[in-house]
Amino acid sequence: MFTTETSETLRPMDGAKRTENLLEVTNLTCSFATDEGRALAVDGVSFSMRAGETLGLVGESGCGKTVTALCIMRLIQTPPGKIDGGSIMFRNQNLLALSEREIRKIRGNEISMVFQEPMTSLNPVFTCGYQVEEAVMLHQKVGKREAIERTLEMLHLVKIPDPKRVAKSYPHQLSGGMRQRVMIAMALSCTPRLLIADEPTTALDVTIQAQILELLQSLQEQFNMAILMITHDLGIIAEMARRVVVMYAGKVMEIGNVMEIFHDARHPYTLGLKESIPRLATKGVRLKVIPGKVPDPFDLPPGCRFSDRCKFAEYRCDNESIAIREVSENHWVRCWKDIRED
Amino acid sequence: MDVLYAKQQTNGMLLKVENLQKHFPIRRGFFSRVVGHVRAVNGVSFDIRRGETLGLVGESGCGKTTMARVILRLLEPTAGSVYFDDVSIFSLGKQDMRAMRKRMQIIFQDPYGSLNPRLTVGSMISEAIRIHKLAHGEAVRERVVDLLDRVGIPAEHMNRYPHEFSGGQRQRIGIARALAVAPDLIIADEPVSALDVSIQAQIINLLKDLQEDLGLTFLFIAHDLGVVQYISDRVAVMYLGKIVELGDSRRLYAGAQHPYTQALLSAIPSLDPANKSKRVLLPGDVPSPANAPPGCAFHTRCPHVMPVCRERVPELKSTEENHQVACWLYHQ
Repeated sequence: MFTTETSETLRPMDGAKRTENLLEVTNLTCSFATDEGRALAVDGVSFSMRAGETLGLVGESGCGKTVTALCIMRLIQTPPGKIDGGSIMFRNQNLLALSEREIRKIRGNEISMVFQEPMTSLNPVFTCGYQVEEAVMLHQKVGKREAIERTLEMLHLVKIPDPKRVAKSYPHQLSGGMRQRVMIAMALSCTPRLLIADEPTTALDVTIQAQILELLQSLQEQFNMAILMITHDLGIIAEMARRVVVMYAGKVMEIGNVMEIFHDARHPYTLGLKESIPRLATKGVRLKVIPGKVPDPFDLPPGCRFSDRCKFAEYRCDNESIAIREVSENHWVRCWKDIRED
Repeated sequence: MDVLYAKQQTNGMLLKVENLQKHFPIRRGFFSRVVGHVRAVNGVSFDIRRGETLGLVGESGCGKTTMARVILRLLEPTAGSVYFDDVSIFSLGKQDMRAMRKRMQIIFQDPYGSLNPRLTVGSMISEAIRIHKLAHGEAVRERVVDLLDRVGIPAEHMNRYPHEFSGGQRQRIGIARALAVAPDLIIADEPVSALDVSIQAQIINLLKDLQEDLGLTFLFIAHDLGVVQYISDRVAVMYLGKIVELGDSRRLYAGAQHPYTQALLSAIPSLDPANKSKRVLLPGDVPSPANAPPGCAFHTRCPHVMPVCRERVPELKSTEENHQVACWLYHQ
């Protein structure tokens, strides 16, 4: 079923220099200085994205999803944060090697981001219209009048019922769903090639979430834009993503297309995540749980990061670090064992 | 009174809520004139059997939490009554109410905000035991150790402070504190919403185990319909301060009747990428409870709206056994 797609896809790990991939993250490592020492937030993360595709990045809090996104946007504050190594190739130029001036031409223009909490990412003292206009004028070098026109067009595009009124409103006067639409309008005002959506619907109610997901999908088709969908919700991944990256404690544990992740997951963590969803469980049967909790970032286990919670773990899992390997075409797993779903 | 008591016992009802209302006044201007009311809870009736879990779902602002607080009498009601074990709790005096509180406890969503940061876990749990005079001296400590053990916190962590624990562990401590007074009813207000999926599953299992071992009755409030489906025997769906559908959990999820419940269920992302959900997209946002539409509050977003919906409020009525719906589609 996926043969035509996969044959065109370049392998994410082969580190080829010039590719047709829109984005290629290789061996990205990022850490933060804290009072207790350096915390390794992202440790050797590699994945790639093609133009127009949706890649899901899934994992629990603290696994490094958001930090990965901020690295791509070059928004890691230094200090305390520091990108320790790796490369992020976007349309064949390394974002990590660009100057602050050069990255500004890309950030917000070719790569945009939508955040989880629309209230805190909008400025409370300016009207929503003003904030979108500002983004348009900054990136598109157009005059005020044209920016206002473009803003209303964008607000209309994200299906805001009364764009003129909303443009004159302050963020606190709008509902959460409306605010998120304004954020999306702002992010899309420069028709980016890549949209990073970091938990864009987590703060919203389920019916509003459905509206926003539907909107993102239709806009993606319209603009042929790639979406990096960061979420902890496997349901959103199943709805939106074509390929999925599963992260745990700063490392990529599994990469595969969405069918493989949902029907042929090979990493015990991916399996555990799916098993702990109440909706997939039979009523009255105890939920299968992943025991314990995520490791302390200052005291990471020497072997596999997941070994202390893994029911399949054996001696070498606890003691030897393990490389990610390809179990079938474009399906990568970081595990010694060859487990299958029953 | 005695006769009624005996009757209720055979029915096995622990909690009975009748036409409960809670309106908050909106005050404006220099003299704080009342210019309107937020009808947070607007005539809710239901009951919970002993040992049962009733799930309560609804979107933010629908009045779930306000209702929980009124039931516990942390807020005074505007109208209506709540019978706990056949005692009308709104008629109780301060002393009697304190004794009653021992039997109903609450677990909050935010496990950090609801624990006093200056108290050790041990003192936090023993405080409740001492206040309600449930044990004395060394017995208090024993009881705390037993409670911590029950919720899966090592007893040697008794002298630690809340910030030393992870979110999941804090929620366990919140549960231990609620259990300290040996309650009959636990109102769990979004107890797992702030937790990661893997931790969420641990807490759900813990709640289930405790219910089985201690015969607890739960009112389980959540916006995550998947969690509610798994844990509840019956489910009530709330919209703008009213229950729009109430029924047996399996039946409600398999055959939702109210258009709002149908939309709510269809909005959950499918967990099968090959079989994506067909969403019933609701237009617009939830109207403000300060200015609820006349007639059926849902008519502004309902795909099946009829003229009668705009004028008259539908009552919650049975459509089949163990299934009640407030919608004009089902009763003329």
